[in-house]
Formats: sequence, structure tokens, C-alpha cells
Amino acid sequence: MKIGFLHSLLRKDEKLLLEACGSRRNLEVVRIDDRKLTFDIGTKRLGFDVVLERSINHSRALHALKLFESAGVKCINESQVALVCGDKLLTSDALQKAGIPQPRVKVAFTEASALQAIEEMGYPVVLKPAVGSWGRLLSKVNDRDAAESILEHKTVLGTYHHSIFYIQEYIEKRDRDIRSFVIGDECVAAVYRTSDHWITNTARGAVASKCEVTDEIQRLSMAAAKAVGGGIVAVDLFETDNGLLVNEVNYTMEFKNSVETTGVNIPGLIVDYAVAVARGTRHV
Amino acid sequence: MSKTIECPICGGDVSLANDTIQGELIECQDCGTELEVTNLNPIKLAEAPQEEEDWGE
Repeated sequence: MKIGFLHSLLRKDEKLLLEACGSRRNLEVVRIDDRKLTFDIGTKRLGFDVVLERSINHSRALHALKLFESAGVKCINESQVALVCGDKLLTSDALQKAGIPQPRVKVAFTEASALQAIEEMGYPVVLKPAVGSWGRLLSKVNDRDAAESILEHKTVLGTYHHSIFYIQEYIEKRDRDIRSFVIGDECVAAVYRTSDHWITNTARGAVASKCEVTDEIQRLSMAAAKAVGGGIVAVDLFETDNGLLVNEVNYTMEFKNSVETTGVNIPGLIVDYAVAVARGTRHV
Repeated sequence: MSKTIECPICGGDVSLANDTIQGELIECQDCGTELEVTNLNPIKLAEAPQEEEDWGE
């Protein structure tokens, strides 16, 4: 069996996955560096049973997945999942269609309409780039002065996609949120991400600790995963007095801080899943 | 046994584990620069690419 391992830089997450692949018999792993990849449109003979996507660039991942699929290769995740999860607006739309609880979201396309939408939602709100990760360029907007300033800066200094204004209701998070890990048809683990800062990404210094996968976490994580197309995803959840809300769904999930914390061999389970998909005994 | 190679940024010593792989990210303990292992034989290090707007998970 031959697995294509699509990557750019090899972080600890990717190294753990490669080590997990290396411990399997009859599993050939071909590393595909997206910085060196060239692709002939229309090609059909790539020889991979499955491609496991681990690129760090969303745009490269999305387009490479589409091309591999067009060449008849099964991919984890599917390009549609990358498309939806890579854009917070599309994620919110998918969650809404599936009836999954999430913070209120408004979208606007100009500075003036964004200000109006923020005022309608009420302060504080969170402004996020529709495409982006690791908590970068998130703004908690506490009042109109801040709103006007941030919107002007985004309009003048930002690239074009910063003028897609994604406005999310601010949720008081009790200094933590929950990240759950979904592989196929199971939520295999979850962690709390705790920080004094309102941004609780571990990339921004939040600390991970074990979170029991309750029935609610299992059910909501699976529903969110299904809403974006399934596969291997990490679901970010907010705890509220009225239950959990889905904040985001990530399609190239990072797990290096969560393997020891949870005691779950996440990279091993990912490789098991990839092998099963390649064999056709599980479907993406 | 781990190998030691000079950091291309600060000239400090960077230790590489035996299971180091090409493309791996490592950090120079002297200057904190994130480095990419661009070649294994002979070992070459280069400053890792700067974070781009669409990087993430």
C-alpha cells in the first residue's frame, strides 16, 4: 500500500505521523513536498492508494487536494472539507445548515456595513479573517471607537480577503475552550485549552489539559465534522450556560500537545484511518 | 549519537537527533531561529520560511 504524504515543513505533528506510518508493515510512504510539487492537469496514474494532507498552507492544500482527487486519488481530507473548514464564513454556513449551535455570526463586505453589523450585534464582538488560523489577526472589539479604527486599518492595510468582514458574537469562555479530535466516525479525544488571554489557541500560549469526551462533546463534535464533510478534523467548542457552541472546525489538525495530555495515540489512529480508507474498508 | 552543526544565522551549535528527517523544523537554542533541515547528507540547515497569511490548521 502506498500513502502520499503531502506536506511542506515537517513539524512535530508530521514527524509523529511519519513515525506511525513507519511502524506499519507493507506501508510505503511517499513524501510530497508541496514546494516541489508539479502537477500535470489530466494525469491519472499517480499510484497512491490515498493521500494524507499535512500542508501548512491552506491554499496549497486546497488546490493540491482538488488535483489529486481529479486524478482519482482518495484524499484525507477531501478538498470540499478543506474548502469549508479553510473559510470561517463557509464553516458557519455549513454549521447553520446542519442546525449546529454556534456563536451568532454576521458578515459584511464594506467598512460601513461592517460597522452597522457590529452595532446591531452589540459589543463586544470578535472580528476574524475568514481565512486564517492560530488566532492571528483576531480582534476583540469592545466599543465603537475600536470598531471604526480596526475596520479602517483592515480596509487600508489588509489584503483583499480582510474586506470580508466576519463578525462573531463574543463568548465569555471561563478562561478556556475545548478542542476535540474527530477521526472518521469517532471523537477520539479532547483537551481543554486554558489561558488568561481571551484567545485560547495553544499557538498563542494556551495550556492543554485532558478533557473527558462527554456524550455532548461526542455528539456535537461528530455533528460538526459531518456538517463540513467528515474525515479527520479538530473541533473547537465554547462552554456556555446553555450548552456547547461550535466555534471552528480545523481540517489539518495539530495534535502534538494533546497526545501525552490525553493518553490517546492520535497519530496512530490517523494512520489506521488512512489505511482503512485506502483499503476501502472505511469511507472518508 | 546526535550530530552538531553550525546555525546559519548565529553560528551557534545546533544538535540534531539521529532520527532527524529532511524538511524537519528545529530551533536553534542559541538564537531561537526556526531552522529547516534542507539536506541530510551532507546536513544543511536554512532559516525556515516566514509564516504566511494562510498558514495554519
